[in-house]
This record gives sequence, structure tokens and C-alpha cells, in this order.
Amino acid sequence: MEDVTIQVQGLVARYGEKVVLDGVDLTVKKGELRVILGGSGCGKSTLLKHLIGLLPPSAGSIQLLDVDLATADEPEKQAVLGRIGMLFQGGALLNSMTLHENVALPMEERTHLPTEVIDEMVRMKLAMVGLAEASPLFPPELSGGMRKRAALARAMALDPAVLFCDEPSAGLDPITSAALDELLLSIRDRFGMSMVVVTHELESIRRIADRATMLDKGKVIADGTLAEVEASPHPMVRAFFDRRPEAEGTRSSVWSALGASGGPP
Amino acid sequence: MLSLTGALVREGVLAAEKELATAIAQGGKVEIDLSAVTSIDSAGVALLATYARRLRQDGGSLHLMGARPEVERTLELFPFLEEVPPEVPNRPGWFETMGERGLVAREVALQYLVLCADAAYFTVQGIWQRRGIRWSVVFYEMAMMGSKATGVVGLISFLVGTTITLQSADQLRQFGANIFAVNLIGISMTRELGPLMAAIVVAGRSGSAVAAELGTMMVSEEIDALKTLGLHPTRFLVVPKLLAITITQPLLTILADAAGIFGGFLVCTSYLDIAPGVFFDRLQESLYLKDLMTGLIKSVVFAQLIVTIGAICGLRTRGGADAVGRSTTVAVVAGIFAVIVADAIASLIFYFGA
Repeated sequence: MEDVTIQVQGLVARYGEKVVLDGVDLTVKKGELRVILGGSGCGKSTLLKHLIGLLPPSAGSIQLLDVDLATADEPEKQAVLGRIGMLFQGGALLNSMTLHENVALPMEERTHLPTEVIDEMVRMKLAMVGLAEASPLFPPELSGGMRKRAALARAMALDPAVLFCDEPSAGLDPITSAALDELLLSIRDRFGMSMVVVTHELESIRRIADRATMLDKGKVIADGTLAEVEASPHPMVRAFFDRRPEAEGTRSSVWSALGASGGPP
Repeated sequence: MLSLTGALVREGVLAAEKELATAIAQGGKVEIDLSAVTSIDSAGVALLATYARRLRQDGGSLHLMGARPEVERTLELFPFLEEVPPEVPNRPGWFETMGERGLVAREVALQYLVLCADAAYFTVQGIWQRRGIRWSVVFYEMAMMGSKATGVVGLISFLVGTTITLQSADQLRQFGANIFAVNLIGISMTRELGPLMAAIVVAGRSGSAVAAELGTMMVSEEIDALKTLGLHPTRFLVVPKLLAITITQPLLTILADAAGIFGGFLVCTSYLDIAPGVFFDRLQESLYLKDLMTGLIKSVVFAQLIVTIGAICGLRTRGGADAVGRSTTVAVVAGIFAVIVADAIASLIFYFGA
């Protein structure tokens, strides 16, 4: 299938007795921006780590760019991982290297390009995220938003076919977060890559999502276009979009448990 | 029927508790009139809930009535859990704990073997490859692990050398065997104390640094990022350190030997009345190249233990900043322990083997 970038079937992730992902199915088409959402601890980040081959699945299959990650041998796996980019939550830039070196690193490792070409590519990528002047700085010298953008430049280093983002707006103010979303969208439109974004920021989801997948307790509880997901009657989906904590209303209060049995005799 | 009065808040709960305790003493169906309660907070609500629960356990029940609207609103605010969740989720027994520790130990051992194998593989492979080893990083690490440790290694070894010579001088003088202090300091420094002192200092300085660096990188997902960029963390982070320390540790050990012997020299010439020339003649007679080489071979083994143990502790870090601190501590303790065990094994091998 040409237009499918990611095909996950029956993915199970188990740690001892704890089941983190329980039969997850997911299909991401080419050029699609898929948002994976859900509350904390629902398995979003674990799913992402499986998609980029950091964790081996306990059961099920993951097809990434027509390569089955579970059965592929190491060179095959490395080749396909060379075609993805990942934007980590905190940026995960290497603090001991300058921005320039950080962005150059994947190019030096995965290609045999001459140094001048790599330097030129690094300048291009950094300019693309608006950090052309910051290249000699070290990551700790940057603000949170700049660090995210620099990490995005590194993730884009090898012109990936799929870009994964783990909570891109985590720890950012609404304005910076909106700017980052715009940047992601413009990159997607220009390069036509698929994107998988894990987030729980409602505003961000509404801005960027083509399609969405909602997880709860390791299972997919809603999947489809954002409108379809938002219309789902599932109580967790309702709680998420209506911003209503699910715990409320399911427990009796002290008054309803002990009082309410009539007035004084 | 019990009537509570006044404010049922944090400060007044104790007084109300006595009344409640006597009221529920006979059990059964207890009714509490709240019409005279002017205000209530979470402490008051919790008090009522506590006694309700206690009564229920004995088969009775507690009923609240006549609450004013504002009191009722507060009572409506807090949830009442019908079932109290167990405080301690079934604690594992002794056998289970031991078994689990055994499994963890097995996992650590396997991981450690994989790390060492990877490190060896990537070192050999890297030497033949263009861009295989990042030499600039190796030189940087040599400065961090070697040059910067010279001061403290030199000073400690000098003091140890001085102390050992002083302590043994008194004993030797009783036999009129002053001159043997030279043999003693020469052999003990080169064979044992030089390598050991240098290794213990480096385990404290660099073992902890390796664990803290890798641990922080684990916590901030930098290690994961490296993997997605196609860089093996062992090759990228551990191999340069391993190469660096393999070069610097023997050099540090030679420095430690020299500083210790110099300390001994000062004591011998001043306190034991041995002439400087005699000291050096005697030292040359008593020291063999084998003594020095034994120490240097040991120092390389110690160095690799320190870095690999620091690395495994760092790479096993899970959690937050406190986890980094814990793995750093473990790296130093385990590093020093491993160095001393390796030294004991080496002594046995060299003693019985030669």
C-alpha cells in the first residue's frame, strides 16, 4: 500500500503483569497529521516509543514505511529509522554540543556527505525554524520554545517521511505553543510528510489534527476525524472534551450517604 | 439523638469528638441533629464520616439531619467512599522480595555483560573506521578524568607514602633494619598502593561523573534521542570514556607511585638517617620492572571497571533527579568495591601464579 505510512495491528505492551497497551490498531496515511490523545498514563508515550522502534512489542505488528519493525533485521530497521524524525518532549538535545553540532549529528552519522554540505544543510534547517543566529549556542542557553524549535530542526535533519512529536506544547505558554503548532503545520504542508503528534492540549488538538486517536487504559476508545472523535459518546471522550473530571458524580457525597434521610423527628 | 452545637471546624473537632464517642458507644442507629451547627469544614466532615464508618462496622448506622443550607453544602462537597481502599497494597513477603532481587541482579548482570561486549566491539570496530571514534571527545575525557585528577591523586599518594614509611620505621628500627623501609615503600607503592589510591580517587571523581552524565541523559530522554538518530549510546558515550581512562589511568598510577615513593624518601632521609644516594641505590636494587608492570596492568583493569560500572548505573537510571543522585552513589560504592575485589583477585593470581 503506497499511501499508508504506519499500520499498527493488535499492539500489546506488557511489563510484568501490567498491560500498558492492549490491542491497539492504528493506521496513518501519507501526509496526514494524526493526533494521539488521552489522559496521563493512558499509554500515549509508550505507543510512540513502539512506533519509533525504541521498545519491542509484546504482541502484534507495527508496519512503519512498509517495514515490519518486529521481524526486520538490524540494518533494515536502521534504514527505516533513518527516514523518521522524533521531537522529544523536553527536546532531548545533547547539552554538551552546540545547536549546530546537534543538528549535524544525524547527518554525520547516517550519511557520507562532505562536511561543507552538512554545514550548509544545518544552516538551512536552523533557518527554517527561525534559529539561524543561535547555531553556536548550547541548549541550556536557550528558552523552552527555542529548544523545541531546535529539536524540531534536528528531527527534520534527514528530511524524514514521518515526524513524531511527543507533547510539543508541554511546558510552553499558549503563544509559543500556538507558534510551534503553526510551524509544524507549515512544515507538513511544505514537505507533505506524515506526522504523529501525542498531546493532551485541547487547543493544540483543534488547531492541528486531521485525524485523532484517543487512548484510555491502553485501548483505542475513539478513532477518526477530529469531528468524529469529538462526537463520540464514550464517557472518557466526553470527559476529555467537556473538561469534566470523570470521578465527579460517580461517588456519593457525605451528605447523600449519611444525611438526606429526612429531617429531625 | 445527639445534638452538636457551634462550629464544627478544625479547632473545635476535639470537643465534638468526645460527645460523638459517648453517643455511639451503645451502637445501633444513631441520629445526629446538626441544626445548631453554625459552620463546618473538612475536618468536621471527616469526623462525622469516621464515626459513621465505625458504627457501620459494628452493624449500626449514623444519620445526619437538620443541617443548615451552608453546612449541607459543605457536606455535599466531600465524597464518601463506601469501601476504604487498603492502605498498603499486599506487601511482598521475604521470599518474594529475595526472588525479585535475584531477578534484578540477573538482569543487571546480563545488561552489564552486553554493555561490556558492545564497548569492546565498538572500540575495535571504531579504530578501523573513518569517524569511528570521536577523538576530540576522547581527548576531552582524558583531560577530565586524567589531568584534572593529578593534584588529588598526587597529594593522597604522597601522604600515604609518608604515613606508611613513618609507621613502619619504628618497627624496623627495633631490628636495626632501617634500610628495609626503602624496599617496603618501593614495593608496596608500585604493586598495591599506587594503583589502588589512583583507582579509588578516580572512582570517586569519574565513576560518579559518568553515572551522573548518563543518568541525566536517561532522564531527559537524550539517550532515546540518540537511539532514534541511529547512534548506539555505548559507542557514542561509553567508548570515548573507556579509551580515555585506559590511557590516563596508568599515567595517574605512575604519578601515584612516584608521589608515594617521594613521601617515603623524605621520611627516610630525615627521620631514618638514610642518605639520599643510599635510598636510590637500594630502591633500584629492590624494585623490579615486574612490580611496576603488575601495578600498571591492574590500573587498566580498575579503570575499565570504574567506567563500565559508572555507565551501567547511569543507563539504569529511571525516574527523576533523585534517581540520578541514587545511581551516582551506587556507581561510586560499587566502583570502589569492584576495584578492591579485583585487586584481591589480582594479588592471588600474581602471588600464586608467579
